[in-house]
Amino acid sequence: MIDAIDITKYYGDFPAITGLNFSVEQGEILGFLGPNGAGKSTAMKILTGFIPPSSGTAKIAGYDIVEQSLLARRHIGYLPETVPLYEDMGVSDYLSFMGQIRGMSSSQLKKRIDEVVELCRLEEYRNTIIGKLSKGYRQRVGISQAILHEPDVLVLDEPTIGIDPIQVVETRQLIKNLGEEHTLILSSHILPEVSMICDRVIIIHEGQIVAVDDPSNLGTNLSGIERVEIEVKGPNREILPALEELDGIQSIERIPVTGGAYHRYHITVDIGRDLRHDLAKVVVANGWELFKLQSLGMSLEEIFLRLTIEEEELPSPPGEAS
Amino acid sequence: MTNLIAITRKEAKAYFSTPSAYIVGAMFLVIIGVFFVFDVSKPFAEAGVRGLSDWASFFIVFLAPLITMKLLAEEQKLGTLELLLTAPVREWEVVLGKYLASFLMLLAIQSVTFYYVFIVYFFGNPDTGPVISAYLGLVLHGAAALAIGMLGSSLSGNQIVSAVVATAILLIFTFINRVSSLMDGAPAEFINALSFNPKLLDFSRGVIDLFHVVYFLSIVAIFLFLSIRSLETRRWR
Repeated sequence: MIDAIDITKYYGDFPAITGLNFSVEQGEILGFLGPNGAGKSTAMKILTGFIPPSSGTAKIAGYDIVEQSLLARRHIGYLPETVPLYEDMGVSDYLSFMGQIRGMSSSQLKKRIDEVVELCRLEEYRNTIIGKLSKGYRQRVGISQAILHEPDVLVLDEPTIGIDPIQVVETRQLIKNLGEEHTLILSSHILPEVSMICDRVIIIHEGQIVAVDDPSNLGTNLSGIERVEIEVKGPNREILPALEELDGIQSIERIPVTGGAYHRYHITVDIGRDLRHDLAKVVVANGWELFKLQSLGMSLEEIFLRLTIEEEELPSPPGEAS
Repeated sequence: MTNLIAITRKEAKAYFSTPSAYIVGAMFLVIIGVFFVFDVSKPFAEAGVRGLSDWASFFIVFLAPLITMKLLAEEQKLGTLELLLTAPVREWEVVLGKYLASFLMLLAIQSVTFYYVFIVYFFGNPDTGPVISAYLGLVLHGAAALAIGMLGSSLSGNQIVSAVVATAILLIFTFINRVSSLMDGAPAEFINALSFNPKLLDFSRGVIDLFHVVYFLSIVAIFLFLSIRSLETRRWR
């Protein structure tokens, strides 16, 4: 239903997303998990056709999001992170406008607005001006407009951000129910949320996919990698075997250096082990010269630490507080 | 087409149901009214709408950007543009739909000035030809000013910036003929041909020149086209 093919997006010189590849099957709920600034929103904006990718493409329901943009957009319902709504419109007026620009007829709309309003429990607020609604209700209006035209694909960007914990629970239940009828992409920086709702999770960091997994495996199967860069002056023939002998090393890659008198290696080590100390020892013991020894980027484990792993506690019911 | 109608209807409804358009319209009408009174109170005033239409044309330069400034700027600021453009809607439908709504609003404001025409007919015996041509000029000038306002609104997420940019462009078009008096020959003629003022003068004198009509319609087409392009390129920035 959704195919992202090698999507790369630069903002100026800054790569927001590099080489994003994934696909989502019909009826699947895919979670996009990553710390703030990982490139989740950029990915959502590209998938929905709001901004074009610098290279690569995406297909929604078989239609290319750049080449056949209009056709692709017909199949998408989208809720951006900021929940942009027209502040001075009433809820049902707004929904009816959003339906019209998606080509719904007025009889279709009438029936469907009733359904959606009931589903999102907005009955009491049908004629309320949107600007007067609380954040949680605005969120519901946002979800209503996304599902109004019964799209094949739903894209929800951080749908539970900024609403109170009780509404978060309701919203998640709503999303889970929606996932039964729609193909759904959901982005979040909250680990439990994603594991609760999604069938499959993509972890994204600094614009790249670092892991794809089943939510149940996420906690246990941290088969991530830790990488170290080392620069050593000495004979390559001797250095490589000496380093490989160390315990805990998975692989060593030699990186060509132009014009340097030293050799550069990228070493992949077992997760959770810091071998920098041992590496330095080996170099010194052999009488080579050490130029650089550095841990490379974040490991999956570190990325996890940056995610919101625990939820805020629910506030105690009124009356109980002292 | 249905998209276009939906967008026009939504924006027109927004104009007529929020106070800001009424306030701007009322301010315009008060100013025009004051100048109308001055004009007809002169000794030996002629029975006509020439003074009225001259002043109305001048103040449209400030009125039109106030009407159009929110159209695209607000969508950019609130982020609603993201939802609008991820729906199966083309950029030209957005621009044209909003433009038509602003044009309806301007027509509504301008039609209130018929009140003055009525007064002129009640107390005097004006020539009907110049009244019609003056109003044709007002409508065409208004249409062109709104298109320029539309471009201003597409350029920025800030409504004030949008209005100021549009007013500046409009002032240039209005007064550029002053520059032509400093030159002569082909350049002077070219600049005169670009300027609003000589054409508006003809309309208020009762002259309907097909070239002038085509001129204003071309300004509308060019600036709406630029607005559409500006909206399209926003995505690429």
